[in-house]
Amino acid sequence: MIEEPLVRWDWIARNWDSGSPSAISTLLENHVVTAFLPVLLGLVVALPLGLACARWRWLYQPTAALMNVTYSLPSLVLFSIFLSVTGLTRATVVIPLTFFALAVLIPAVVDGLASVPDPVRQSAVAMGFRPARRLLRVELPVAVPVVLAGLRIATVSSISLVSVGALIGQGGLGNLFIDGWQRQFYTPIVVGIALIVLLAVLADGLLVLAQRLLTPWSRARSAA
Amino acid sequence: MNWLADFFGDAAHWSGPDGIPARLLEHLGYSAAAFLVAALIAVPLGMLIGHTGRGALLVVVAANAARALPTLGLLVLVVLLAGVGTVLPVLVPLIVLAVPPILVNTYEGLRGVDADLRDAAYGMGLRGRQVLFRTLTPVALPLILLGLRLSAIQVVSTATVAAFVGLGGLGRFIIDGLATKAYSSVIGGAVLVAALALAVQFGFLLLDRVVVSPGVRQTR
Repeated sequence: MIEEPLVRWDWIARNWDSGSPSAISTLLENHVVTAFLPVLLGLVVALPLGLACARWRWLYQPTAALMNVTYSLPSLVLFSIFLSVTGLTRATVVIPLTFFALAVLIPAVVDGLASVPDPVRQSAVAMGFRPARRLLRVELPVAVPVVLAGLRIATVSSISLVSVGALIGQGGLGNLFIDGWQRQFYTPIVVGIALIVLLAVLADGLLVLAQRLLTPWSRARSAA
Repeated sequence: MNWLADFFGDAAHWSGPDGIPARLLEHLGYSAAAFLVAALIAVPLGMLIGHTGRGALLVVVAANAARALPTLGLLVLVVLLAGVGTVLPVLVPLIVLAVPPILVNTYEGLRGVDADLRDAAYGMGLRGRQVLFRTLTPVALPLILLGLRLSAIQVVSTATVAAFVGLGGLGRFIIDGLATKAYSSVIGGAVLVAALALAVQFGFLLLDRVVVSPGVRQTR
């Protein structure tokens, strides 16, 4: 038990932008980069892989199984394994988190494409869309809600999982947890949790907004 | 690979209170305790919410919040608040993180049951509770089991991180190895936890085969 207020605002004010590498704003910046990079990389890889899996169904089973296995591995385990390859760098956190993002995004892309109603696809064919254009102009837009649902899960988990990287010194805001633990000091821990949850809520909100902008027809339909 | 040989080849790692068998048992003990408590809370609650449709918003909010909550932060905060040295405070965040996946999937599973099926069950004269236990639950079982599986894996992972706040278990090899730059211990611990997580995953898939009714499995 520590006789301490849960939050000491003066500590936050002093450490927000102190210029040192452990300043809260610097950690926040690090956290954002380390969390979004895997999602971005994951999306770039998952789109072609998901398309391939949707096109050649026999690919999907083994891919899904592999992703399932990856997803069941604790983040700390993957960080530890990559530590021996990439050392104490940001890549040690980014690469495993990319795998986690892939595990969510590949099924999302495949399910998204499967969610395109057959009549829609056939109409596109009948209207003279070639496969590539049909994919870009018809199938992917219709798949957006399912893909974005996956993207939301991947983003929020990534933001929260980065903090475990603090155990190998690459945790962004997670470093505040270690700091708070070592000094038996609540404030950094509370600040870290609050900022991470805030970041997750913000990112999630932006993705919901993106979905509304990308699928204007879904609103038109529910309004009618 | 040398690291693996170093770690698993060392006889000292196979006995005593900080040997692999003891650590594995600890890990299983904490995980099982947290998982059981979480399941006892979340399965009935999820069934209640799924059956009555009341409190659905709560489930959705809880699920999203839980995904955003950083495990390590929650662990550190709860343990500092409750005082270091006992096991109980460590179990609290484990349970908190284990409840949402079970709750959500149980709820979604029951909600997702074909309305015609539900009506047919009522039409055959089953009462509310009978419909829940004899019709809805067996049909929703695959999703309920999925929730339990995700939750169990989450608990096993988080119990690893809990070594940082002084809990025993397999995480000790990783955390202590990191602290002393003994990478053979880090890798060895990582391999053990990975094997445990995969065993849990496999165990649940097996359970799925055994308890899910063949009729339900066919229509999936």
